Amino acid sequence: MTQLVYLIPLFPLIGFLINGIGWRKIPKSVGGAIGSLAVLASFVVSVGIFFEVKSETFQGPVLIKLFDFIQSGKLNIPFTFQVDALSSLFLLIITGVGFLIHVYSTSYMHDDEGMVKYFAYLNLFVFSMLLLVLGANYVVMFIGWEGVGLCSYLLIGFWFKNRDYTNAAKKAFVMNRIGDLGFLVGMLLILFQYGTLSYVEFFGQLKAGQLPVTADMYNCIAICLFIGAMGKSAQIPLYTWLPDAMAGPTPVSALIHAATMVTAGVYMIARSSVLYELAPMAKELIAIIGLSTALLAATIALYQNDIKKVLAYSTVSQLGFMFLALGVGAYTTGVFHVMTHAFFKALLFLGAGSVIHAMGGEQDITAMGGLKKKLPITFITFLIGVLAISGFPFTSGFVSKDEILLAVYAHNKVYFWIASFTAILTAIYMFRLLMLVFFGGFRGTEHQAHHLHESPKAITIPLVLLAILSLFAGLVQFPHAFGGHDFLNEFLGKAGVPAWAGEDAGAALREYYLLGATVIGLLAVYIATRKAFAVDKFEGKYTGFKNVLANKWYVDELYDAVIVRPLQGISRFSDKVIERLGIDGLVNGVGKSVRYGSDRIRLLQSGQVGSYLFVMVLGIIALFAITFFWIH
Amino acid sequence: MPTQYYLFLSIALFCIGVMGTLMRRNAIIIFMCIELMLNAVNLLLVAFSKMYNDPSAQIFVFFIMVVAAAEVSVGLAIIVLMYRKVHSVDINILNRLKH
Repeated sequence: MTQLVYLIPLFPLIGFLINGIGWRKIPKSVGGAIGSLAVLASFVVSVGIFFEVKSETFQGPVLIKLFDFIQSGKLNIPFTFQVDALSSLFLLIITGVGFLIHVYSTSYMHDDEGMVKYFAYLNLFVFSMLLLVLGANYVVMFIGWEGVGLCSYLLIGFWFKNRDYTNAAKKAFVMNRIGDLGFLVGMLLILFQYGTLSYVEFFGQLKAGQLPVTADMYNCIAICLFIGAMGKSAQIPLYTWLPDAMAGPTPVSALIHAATMVTAGVYMIARSSVLYELAPMAKELIAIIGLSTALLAATIALYQNDIKKVLAYSTVSQLGFMFLALGVGAYTTGVFHVMTHAFFKALLFLGAGSVIHAMGGEQDITAMGGLKKKLPITFITFLIGVLAISGFPFTSGFVSKDEILLAVYAHNKVYFWIASFTAILTAIYMFRLLMLVFFGGFRGTEHQAHHLHESPKAITIPLVLLAILSLFAGLVQFPHAFGGHDFLNEFLGKAGVPAWAGEDAGAALREYYLLGATVIGLLAVYIATRKAFAVDKFEGKYTGFKNVLANKWYVDELYDAVIVRPLQGISRFSDKVIERLGIDGLVNGVGKSVRYGSDRIRLLQSGQVGSYLFVMVLGIIALFAITFFWIH
Repeated sequence: MPTQYYLFLSIALFCIGVMGTLMRRNAIIIFMCIELMLNAVNLLLVAFSKMYNDPSAQIFVFFIMVVAAAEVSVGLAIIVLMYRKVHSVDINILNRLKH
């Protein structure tokens, strides 16, 4: 079955080509079916491959070469896929969640003229993401990396007639690109030092420790690659594009900006764990940036009034948690959180989409309230998502987040307390969202109240499936203290992804403490938010420090003043001075001077024979002079 | 008589010829002046031939005479044609080459 791995990206690629070329002609339902079935087919193959990798008889990473890609002198980079535990796990997540979101989109995007084009873009995205995780070397990964960046741009700006949306798409792409520069530099460093970009060869050389490469070089490469992850996975300072990316359709936000694209950075670092284990400074940096991003985004999410913006900042915050896990050496835990986060964040986004759909396009939570009666399935699944992300005991989010917290505790106590505080903030802002949307009295217009109804099955069934996954996905790595087993650690260990060597003597006790603290904490949060937000009137206006948070700590304004405006100033200067006066002046000046000269010289041709004769005589005299006086 | 006198005469004739070509308006007069220049050169060549006892200069004089004759015949033919067009031999009238 692993030999068929090339089928996995092939199906969405074909879907993209069919839908992309014929989107004006293909009827909407057919286009939606093509897109969804392509991803379903990939999912089926992924399941097959997963079971094969999981079985006892699987030997090491299987490399399947498709063709020679770059061959120049000594440089040989083939287009190869690598099938191992890490890539097969990501395959399942991408195709599984992707399929559910495709099905959801068939209903959500039903009224849109460009629906088939949308499915083409979605399939292209899935194709690129699959390339990213299947690549056997950094080059194929980079192709996928750029591809998902492109699709993100296309999908965020999908409703391209709106100027704000296209600006958001541009912002996402540019910030991604800035990160990609770091990624490229890292790749070039690896190539220069080790002569290869293939994982197997590169990590082999690292483990053998052959080259006299210093720790500084390891750190340098690691940090450069991490800069790429910063851009793609929205860490400080390159995170501001993600909240703006909510301009795209909600299923896009669910797929790209929650479940898959933004996790590419985590995948990359998990894949390069061999390198990062040799670069402790880089790991520390990753942990610090992850932690501060988590905290910053959580504080902003507390005071947002747009349902999707809350979830966007929540995503940034959870990504910070994932990088924090990677930074303290708990690679499998980071991947675990990727998986659980994909489930509950996609669930939350799709639920939000269901709410927005019912509210006729309204996204402001100050106009919502009391929706639990009208949208029961949406409410229950959303509630499950909120419980999962807040870490309600034994949900998937609880298991993965606790593992992160315990790993952080073993590394640095200060980080642990900050991370725990951030976890509490997470619970607070999610419960705030839940209360404001589903509890209390309805704060919208009469017209909206009429329109409120539960969404069709194509929307609710994915919600239910994701809710089940959010509840039970934790079983793959249940804590030992509660009778679980490290299935995931074992599975990923086959691909060489290190696990947090965590379960020491005091671990079980800490687990119980965490459980107790979680229960008490969540109860307190529930009571507090119920009182504060399950209300009939909610203005959503904030003053003082709360306003600073609501305005995202003015980071966007800061970037605007420090980076965007000077850049625009430089470009204006380049245009007015360098281009118009300088270059144009020079080029036009040459033309003008030729014209002027020719105007003058033309006057010699007066037509007067007398002057011709005169000039002739002068010339002869000059020739004489030259002959007799100059040439010896 | 000293050969320098021939040189002076030749130079004087040549200068008169040059002045004439530059200053006169009548095309035929200009031709006459050109002839004058050519003959001045002939005289000069003969004088030098006597001075250095080299007969090749005198051969060159024959060449110049032949060329002068041919050139005059062509030039006068052109002037006749021109006269038929504009009924004048004033060179200031012939300015069609002007831009």
